[in-house]
Amino acid sequence: MANSAKRLAQKLTKAFPQALGELEEFRDEITIAVDTASEIASICQYAKTELGFDYLVDISSVDNYGDDPRFEVVYELYGYEHQSHLRLVTQVSEEAASLPTVTGIWRTADWHEREIYDMMGIRFEGHPDLRRILMWEGYPHYPLRKDFPLAGKPTELPEIAFTKEAPLEGGPFVTTPGAGDRVKSEPRSKS
Amino acid sequence: MSPRRVLGIESRANPGPSPNIVESQRFITRSRLKDADYNMAEVKDIEIKDSAASAAEALAGIDAQEEELTDLQGEKLTLNMGPSHPSTHGVLRIVLELDGEVITKADPDVGYLHRGDEKIAENMTYTQFIPYTDRLDYLAPLANNVAYALAVEKLMGIDKDLPPRCQYIRVICCELARVSAHLLGLGAFAMDVGAMTVFLHTFTEREKIYNLIEALTGARFTTSYTRIGGLSRDLPTHWIKDCERFLAGVEINFYETERLLTRNKIFVDRTKDVGVLPLDVAIDYGVTGPNLRASGSNHDIRKVHPYLVYEDLDFDVPVGTVGDSYDRYLVRIEEMRQSVRIIRQCLKNLPDGPISIADGKTVLPPKDKVLTSMEELIHQFVLVTQGVDAPKGQIYFGAENPKGELGFYIKSKGGGAPHRLKIRAPSFVNLSALPYLLKGSMMSDTVAILGSIDFVMGESDR
Repeated sequence: MANSAKRLAQKLTKAFPQALGELEEFRDEITIAVDTASEIASICQYAKTELGFDYLVDISSVDNYGDDPRFEVVYELYGYEHQSHLRLVTQVSEEAASLPTVTGIWRTADWHEREIYDMMGIRFEGHPDLRRILMWEGYPHYPLRKDFPLAGKPTELPEIAFTKEAPLEGGPFVTTPGAGDRVKSEPRSKS
Repeated sequence: MSPRRVLGIESRANPGPSPNIVESQRFITRSRLKDADYNMAEVKDIEIKDSAASAAEALAGIDAQEEELTDLQGEKLTLNMGPSHPSTHGVLRIVLELDGEVITKADPDVGYLHRGDEKIAENMTYTQFIPYTDRLDYLAPLANNVAYALAVEKLMGIDKDLPPRCQYIRVICCELARVSAHLLGLGAFAMDVGAMTVFLHTFTEREKIYNLIEALTGARFTTSYTRIGGLSRDLPTHWIKDCERFLAGVEINFYETERLLTRNKIFVDRTKDVGVLPLDVAIDYGVTGPNLRASGSNHDIRKVHPYLVYEDLDFDVPVGTVGDSYDRYLVRIEEMRQSVRIIRQCLKNLPDGPISIADGKTVLPPKDKVLTSMEELIHQFVLVTQGVDAPKGQIYFGAENPKGELGFYIKSKGGGAPHRLKIRAPSFVNLSALPYLLKGSMMSDTVAILGSIDFVMGESDR
């Protein structure tokens, strides 16, 4: 299985030699780094039509807070015909915070991209209906970013949801994100 | 006094409601002169038009207004459904745009149950997150536990080293969860389209599954049964016997459920050719699980990329042909039968041995060893305070859950907590096909389509 995925991945890198970086293999899964994020839509189109990746399993986003570029967007592709899995990883900078959409290629991307916009604040150019999906329209923050505290933030919308910080914030049972190692972020280190 | 007594109006030979309501009813009137003249009553026919007939007659004469009426036909009505509508089985809101009875646009609104599970996961160790997985698809918590544990084990590279007994018990857990989830899904689906009895039937069996789960895990609902590298406890005594007894009973229940539904005229009429999802559209929308297989794909992760011991087990994958609500029902019924078959094989071939990996750096050592041996004490301390030591890297693991492919994407920067944990929730993705499914269908079919999709909002909203 990993062999056929590798073969398909090599075909893909051959088709886009500039845009795609190195193959990486971990636990029988192939990951390709996409160096030119603006090419992602045409790479995905090629992967679907030429290489048979007809099923977009998932799109995830990662916040590498403190790194540049800050965000990563991860596409999990799968082909029902050849039963191989392939992962594409793109980098998105905080200033741009935008990517071309792949909704025209797989319709399932619609909700995944809306979720990433909602949680991480990355915009998808050309998305037909880029609204928040899990949080409510008008919510001012992007909660999955690493600089968003676990305890929540007060909002200036007095009538909507809670406007005060969560009571546990800073409490003994809350881990401290970004505190360096696990020992420092671990709740019991505070007591 | 009734008009009948006063006027002597009596309907003779009334054949019941006429099939054509425009047709006037005929009455035979008996005009009454004196009390004594009953027998000499004069019989004459009069015509009494009903309201529909007179309305049709009134409209026939008005040509000028006809144009206005056709204009009105295109007018759209926006109807809000949910977030707490009985047929949405949770907090799903759908904004429907109607043209008469036909849905022209449907916009599902999810997120009412968003708890930020992915954010929570980043802030705790892998083991601490297990209880949160109970609350994803809360109709099949055991299957979520297993899927999550397998994802973390894949990241750590120990998923192939699990002891056989652990793998068999995990398969039993997954399949029990599948039976439980499908029983509820079918019961609720049948109730939505008007068959109340089925719901009571299936709930009786679910209660027995809960009793089994309680004996196994100590909790009926929030099981948290798996651990990274094993299970929290072994099977209790007599559990295998109890489980076998349950399996014998539940098969009769499947039979009865099928007797109530499969050839039930009302049920078939309400589900057949309703909400048809062609295979290419299903794949385009990323639909998985029984919903995908009802559309004609035989893709089952348990078969295609077998995890645990599914490779050694003998079971069939039911596949639909049309992809309508009725097919989705049939696939689920058959999947439960296959689950029972799998559990039987597992119970029969259940090997002896440990239920967890014998590695002190992954699995908590037994309590008596912790209190008597230095090395185990250190392992226990490190595991509890820092968690398992996962390597750097990123993995995706998808498991065949009752609702579809439950996937976990984990990006690790090393250490005991994930840098990012993304949950690919099957209900979320399956619901994204709703605008396609609902468009063009009748308003009353909404409940049949929603019921046949079988989603759980706890998982969709995470």
